Amino acid sequence: MSIFASRDTRVIVQGITGGQGMFHTERMLEYGTAIVGGVTPGKGGQSVLGLPVFDTVEQAVAATGANASVIYVPPAYAADSIMEAALAGLSLTVCITEGIPILDMMKVHHFLKGRSTRLIGPNCPGIITPGETNLGILPGNICKKGRVGVVSRSGTLTYEAVDQLTALGIGQSTAVGIGGDPIRGTGFLDVLEAFERDEETLAVLMIGEIGGSGEEQAALYARDCMTKPVAAFIAGRTAPPGRRMGHAGAIISGGKGGANDKIAAIRACGIPVADTPDLLGQTLLEAARRAGIDEALLH
Amino acid sequence: MKIHEHQALTLLDEAGVPNAGGQVAFTPEEAAAAARALGGDRFVVKAQIHAGGRGKAGGVRLAEGEAGVREAAQALLGATLVTPQTGPNGKVVHRLLVAPALSIAREYYLSLLLDSENACLVFMASTEGGTEIEEVAKQTPEKILRQAVDPIIGLRDFQISNLAAGLDLKGEARKDFFAVVRGLYRLFLEKDCSLIELNPLVLTDEGRLLALDVKINFDDNALMRHKELAALRDELEEDPREVEAAKSKLSYIPLDGTIGCMVNGAGLAMATMDIIKAFGGEPANFLDVGGGASAEKVAAAFSILLADQKVRGILVNIFGGIMRCDVLAEGILEAAKAVSLEVPLVVRMKGTNAEKGAEILRTSGLPIHYEPDLGRAVHTIVSLTKEGA
Repeated sequence: MSIFASRDTRVIVQGITGGQGMFHTERMLEYGTAIVGGVTPGKGGQSVLGLPVFDTVEQAVAATGANASVIYVPPAYAADSIMEAALAGLSLTVCITEGIPILDMMKVHHFLKGRSTRLIGPNCPGIITPGETNLGILPGNICKKGRVGVVSRSGTLTYEAVDQLTALGIGQSTAVGIGGDPIRGTGFLDVLEAFERDEETLAVLMIGEIGGSGEEQAALYARDCMTKPVAAFIAGRTAPPGRRMGHAGAIISGGKGGANDKIAAIRACGIPVADTPDLLGQTLLEAARRAGIDEALLH
Repeated sequence: MKIHEHQALTLLDEAGVPNAGGQVAFTPEEAAAAARALGGDRFVVKAQIHAGGRGKAGGVRLAEGEAGVREAAQALLGATLVTPQTGPNGKVVHRLLVAPALSIAREYYLSLLLDSENACLVFMASTEGGTEIEEVAKQTPEKILRQAVDPIIGLRDFQISNLAAGLDLKGEARKDFFAVVRGLYRLFLEKDCSLIELNPLVLTDEGRLLALDVKINFDDNALMRHKELAALRDELEEDPREVEAAKSKLSYIPLDGTIGCMVNGAGLAMATMDIIKAFGGEPANFLDVGGGASAEKVAAAFSILLADQKVRGILVNIFGGIMRCDVLAEGILEAAKAVSLEVPLVVRMKGTNAEKGAEILRTSGLPIHYEPDLGRAVHTIVSLTKEGA
């Protein structure tokens, strides 16, 4: 088992004929992702990397039986692509696109209410279930199949987390990059709930950053409703207030969302937080040891 | 993106929001001419900088007549204002707003901003105008009124009415308030704003409601569909290094430390600053070269880091996913040769083709410390920059 995506996930790539889309489609195919086609409006009937290209998601679903998509569409059109994926009935859509206007995402957020489509992202590295499937841009070669769930707001910090776990001999069930934008689909809480339900997952590593309060809410959930150990890291202790640190969502504003308050709130829920980013794997391992499951993680 | 108050006032005009008006001036002569054109005897001369807290810093002056305005303009233009929002170095005043002085009966606060948690826009209003709203929120949170707008339904009149009742506005002032709120909402959507703040919104002795000071910020992600806003950018207000970095599509924020860092990814870049500090060093900057940085981007990043006189050493921390470490290593060599590197350089690379990249650095003959372990890499750069002190 895994969360959100497995070897049975049938994937179409929205924006498959673009540079980014084509480049990453090739990498995902190499990893073994079950990609069944692509969509670029106006380019239906073409073929890319041996895959059929369709004008619409609806056509692609009808022809291929796809149930998920990955979006590499430019920011001006990405909101449209997400809504199209949802209306076509896909159960999962992963939006890699960075730089979508916030008012567009506001509409997307409300469009998705009451629909069954799960959105991961935007502005995220995607999701990988090691040994099964890879939807997005995460480097598959650093992952190892196993039993730790990873969730993160940042792309390269996700790589860092996965790499440190793999180096310790700890595999991952699924790693999810939820993205750095202020309005996003799947949040920390959703991912923690899914990891708690997933039999394959025994422990969770959560990588957050300054801004917002998703990490704090997730920590409360972990304290009250989770049976599995969670370890965490929060980036941005040295970030100056009022400055957007790359990610649109990574900003300390009005005295809220600072790293130290976040870390204190998470620790108060009994979750160990790594002091520095070189200790992500170690901190998870110690949390597992305290829960008496470290041996199981190493197998 | 931020804009000046006088530019924001023009946008308010276009949106039908009553405001105190005024004219922009770049010289004392223009300021005097503005006073002449506006008419009346009493004026306010306001420094136009991209930071709040101007009043307390002496950036807003009352002036009598044309001569008084000229005098105030002479004092303000070219002066450096230090406010809690400018940082310790302050900001130089290059332009002024000259506006008629009003007789003010009451000051209110009104803003429209994004509530990201609920994915909607929210109006915030308060009778405690003219002060720092963060303070009001902290001390007397009950004095802040909120109205969240449903993005599908849009703004409804009863919501404006609720806010007006909370502010105890009656008669003409209440009518004006409807125009203000509707105008702000329309402007926010039309121009993809990220914040509109009227502080204060004032009730004059004549019983009319006017925006006296306004701040508008725009969503950077949406500037692509608002070419008309590009003309409002004032690069003098931005750090020249940040402007340079933005041209190379690098995300750069200067800080006060001595260790320059170049990292791919915003989260990892923040985390790298954190670990430098935790190990006893001080980061000189935040610099994210992006997920798929090219050799040219790396070279541009190097010249920005080295232009900072405080930098005594550089730490490169790259986790190659899309980006290949051998390509990165070539970029580093090129840049190091081009800029004649005189400070210690520690490179930490992981991920795709890391070994190949390491080999390129090792055989380059350049004094580059390669260290794949993050903790050790940071220790190395911290001790190297301390020795150099």
